[in-house]
Amino acid sequence: MSRVDVRKTHKLFIGGAFPRSESGRTYEVTDSKDQFLANMALASRKDARDAVLAARSAVAKWSTATAYNRGQVLYRIAEVMEGRREQFISEVSDSEGVSSRKAGAHVDAAIDRWVWYAGWADKYAQVIGNTNPVAGPFFNFSVPEPTGVVAAVAPQDASILGLVSVVAPIIVTGNAVIVMPSSSRPIPAITLAECLATSDVPAGVVNILTGAPAEVMPWLAEHADVNALDGAAPHADWQATPSLSRMRAFVEVKTVWHPMGV
Amino acid sequence: MADQMRFTNKESDATVDNSTLTSLLHGLPGVDQVGLEGRAATLATRSIKKDSKIWAIDTAISMVDLTTLEGMDTDGKVRALCAKALHPDPTDPTCPAVAAVCVYGDLVATTRACVKDRVHVAAVATAFPSGRASMDVKLMDTKQAVADGADEIDMVIDRGAFLAGNYAKVFEEIVAVKEACGDAHLKVILETGELKTYDNVRRASWLAMQAGADFIKTSTGKVSPAATLPVTLLMLEAVRDFADQTGTRIGVKAAGGIKTSKDAIRYLVMVNETVGEDWLNPDMFRFGASTLLNDLLMQRQRMRDGHYSGPDYVTID
Amino acid sequence: MPFDYAPAPESRSIVDIESNYGLFIGGSFSEPTSGEFFKTINPATEEVLSEVAEAGQADVDAAVAAARRAYDKTWSKMSGKDRAKYIFRIARLIQERSRELAVLETLDNGKPIRESRDVDLPLVAAHFFYHAGWADKLEFAGYGPDPKSLGVAAQVIPWNFPLLMLAWKVAPALACGNTVVLKPAETTPLTALAFADICQQAGLPPGVVNIITGAGETGRMLVEHPDVDKVAFTGSTEVGKAIQRAVAGTKKKLTLELGGKAANIVFDDAPIDQAIEGIVNGIYFNQGHVCCAGSRLLLQESVADEALASLKRRLTTLRLGDPLDKNTDIGAINSSMQLSKIEELTASGEAEGAERWSPTCPIPDKGFWFPPTVFTNVTQAHRIAREEIFGPVLSVLTFRTPEEAVAKANNTPFGLSAGIWTEKGSRILWMANQMRAGIVWANTFNRFDPTSPFGGFKESGFGREGGVQGLGAYLNVEDPS
Repeated sequence: MSRVDVRKTHKLFIGGAFPRSESGRTYEVTDSKDQFLANMALASRKDARDAVLAARSAVAKWSTATAYNRGQVLYRIAEVMEGRREQFISEVSDSEGVSSRKAGAHVDAAIDRWVWYAGWADKYAQVIGNTNPVAGPFFNFSVPEPTGVVAAVAPQDASILGLVSVVAPIIVTGNAVIVMPSSSRPIPAITLAECLATSDVPAGVVNILTGAPAEVMPWLAEHADVNALDGAAPHADWQATPSLSRMRAFVEVKTVWHPMGV
Repeated sequence: MADQMRFTNKESDATVDNSTLTSLLHGLPGVDQVGLEGRAATLATRSIKKDSKIWAIDTAISMVDLTTLEGMDTDGKVRALCAKALHPDPTDPTCPAVAAVCVYGDLVATTRACVKDRVHVAAVATAFPSGRASMDVKLMDTKQAVADGADEIDMVIDRGAFLAGNYAKVFEEIVAVKEACGDAHLKVILETGELKTYDNVRRASWLAMQAGADFIKTSTGKVSPAATLPVTLLMLEAVRDFADQTGTRIGVKAAGGIKTSKDAIRYLVMVNETVGEDWLNPDMFRFGASTLLNDLLMQRQRMRDGHYSGPDYVTID
Repeated sequence: MPFDYAPAPESRSIVDIESNYGLFIGGSFSEPTSGEFFKTINPATEEVLSEVAEAGQADVDAAVAAARRAYDKTWSKMSGKDRAKYIFRIARLIQERSRELAVLETLDNGKPIRESRDVDLPLVAAHFFYHAGWADKLEFAGYGPDPKSLGVAAQVIPWNFPLLMLAWKVAPALACGNTVVLKPAETTPLTALAFADICQQAGLPPGVVNIITGAGETGRMLVEHPDVDKVAFTGSTEVGKAIQRAVAGTKKKLTLELGGKAANIVFDDAPIDQAIEGIVNGIYFNQGHVCCAGSRLLLQESVADEALASLKRRLTTLRLGDPLDKNTDIGAINSSMQLSKIEELTASGEAEGAERWSPTCPIPDKGFWFPPTVFTNVTQAHRIAREEIFGPVLSVLTFRTPEEAVAKANNTPFGLSAGIWTEKGSRILWMANQMRAGIVWANTFNRFDPTSPFGGFKESGFGREGGVQGLGAYLNVEDPS
């Protein structure tokens, strides 16, 4: 007799915990051949509200962590994901209907993307920031600072690579994010949440809401305590190495003047 | 700094010119936060082992002001605390008694009756912890506690007045309370968690010492953060400089938030390396604490018996 | 009763030192062709720790050839992304083995375990971590859209921060796509050899990192080798000049990080307690074996007496002794040769009329030791104000005005670092502008970070290590026209 497998309940990821939707709602997710995969939590307006609270309470500490520390945390995510590589490949393959080989390429690229952004943690300020030779006895410099709480929609087609490509540049600079992953292919996102929960990422820095972006995003967009929105390009080439643009989008630049004199 | 701070507090009823105090306090050297915290962190890496640790634990026990400051305090609670203060480890007669029992004013008489003259009795006074009451009430609070048998008074400064720059008011209050204390020792609580900056802590320390404090104390324990290593280091530097300049040695009490033997030993190391041996005794350094004592006792048992102890092997209260 | 601290030695059982070490060439250890070995000792006890190979010309040739092969066949062809992953692996292995490496460093070098554990090793790991991130981002570093590596780098490092100096050399070289042959200092080869083991654990392709041990002669052969594209040296100005002469007229790119005689300038509005700590950290950190040490203290006259009294009081709390003891502040002088040099220069200080002071501190019987020392009444004309002592010896001078402080601070052939202590922000920035030095610390001293470039003006060398600027030392950034 073959073993009856134990199946996972998929829940939301808010403030480092895995709650069900407060609405009690779920929706059915199928594979590319319309076979049942899982019931996912269908996030509500109130889940979004809770996620913003969690993100806001995380942002003060995360944004003032040293850049070195943030880099180490992001690299740790890659390490933990690598250990679950096979699981990711199978989930991506199921949900996107692609071969294991192609799914493997997506997953590898997603892991490598964390490594790429981990390296940026203590460098983006050196590339984006600068001193300014103002005409006067002043020391003047400009530094990028995180904008705060960002609400994002991940690409709906690239279930893991797109999600990582959206989340990593937002958090590496010290922001916290509420992200809605692919609505029809959300399972890898919850596995990613499990990686985040076990890789030194402080609770609330990343919050993942599965469900319908069209229902929830307007609430996030109008929320007065959300500082920025990210509607990722739907047909971007997520395999390509990114540039600075996604990091640049979620930082403010602050310029400081100080006189020089005896 | 040395010469600037040499001003005398005249008669206790004399008024002090606030602008003079302001220029004196603001003339103190600044404190660099990063440097101060770095120094405290470096001192915290000292590794105290074997005989030094045994000595440090007993010394720390003897410096504890065993404290209960709750709305639900009763005579029964205080009696239990007094028994603990006298015999912290009833299984081991070599265990030293603590320095003092610290209670609210209305429980002083009960406390004194329990401990007799074997340990000090400290009373918090002057509308502890907020200090928000009229001067008459504060002085009455103090006098009553002394009359009931307190030989140490832990007063709070008026942080509102301090932050508003009304240093003269703070100064005069301390002078008046000191007078109300009579022979009782006066510990002046700065409540550093509300002063916020290290510059303020240094200024408040000097203000309290000039006004006649016998001890300067970090915190009430009711505000977070309470005692921290950097704040205590800064206050130790202040008493060191004050002793250099005036010849008068002021004590320091670190109160609140010190929960483990490891923490306590770090404070002793800091005392040792900042002000030296002269302050390594209960007359010059105190811990205001309640849960700390049991951890010290468990560590003491660990050093004696060679294995880790557990909370069932030390008494509560 | 005084609060004496019982001995708290870090266990040395965590390290496993072989009785002898060969040369790490092409990914494995091999015997030197010369068959020659030399001893490395623990300077705190004079105990022999191990014997290490003395590389001769044939060994240097083999190491450079291995590096060339690895460069041509593997490393220069590898994507930045993959190079990054190897360097990240190295960073993680260093973190994992950091206590072992700290103990080994302390044994071989004599520095206190508190420093090797809390300063050297965290910085070593951080340096690899930072540069790993650059390996696949060089096009963003400001050196053009597709900056190229140089080739084989010959690297010669000093004994004061053996593993940290290795990290400063190896991490950027690898990140930029070069292969290396590194020679650690004669008196401190062991952590570099442990690093070779880490390269193996990381699966780094053979020949990308080669470690050859030996004395000055081995170093000379290495930097003069014709198939070397880049020479990086940290050490004395005297040797640096010789190297510069040797590579003159060759294709080799050169960076030098040499001596210093830094001024640590304390104004009367300084945060005085922190300034005292900064002075102590500036000159007594690592027994003063620090090229950027704040060896000249410039005190504003209005606070000189008070500051000096505080400083002396603070020095009486310094604990000199067993470097493995977690409570030791001042460890052993690295070698008898260095000790002689310190003794000679301090004797000259006394002979020239400066006033010498040290706290009473017991000196162990065996090993090489020098107590923390302060010279007052020093003038700019004294040798102890002009020459690098490279020991725990502070020369104290005074000044009256900011202009005078600037003039005295810059009045030296060196220009590595400077310190400024004042609570006045505008003065910090003005002073920083006036300093002819590569690193200026304000209200702190002896801070290091991989993101922050390090290197000197004038006879303190050229080129930078760390930060964006440090990458330029290992990239082909010549104008192609």
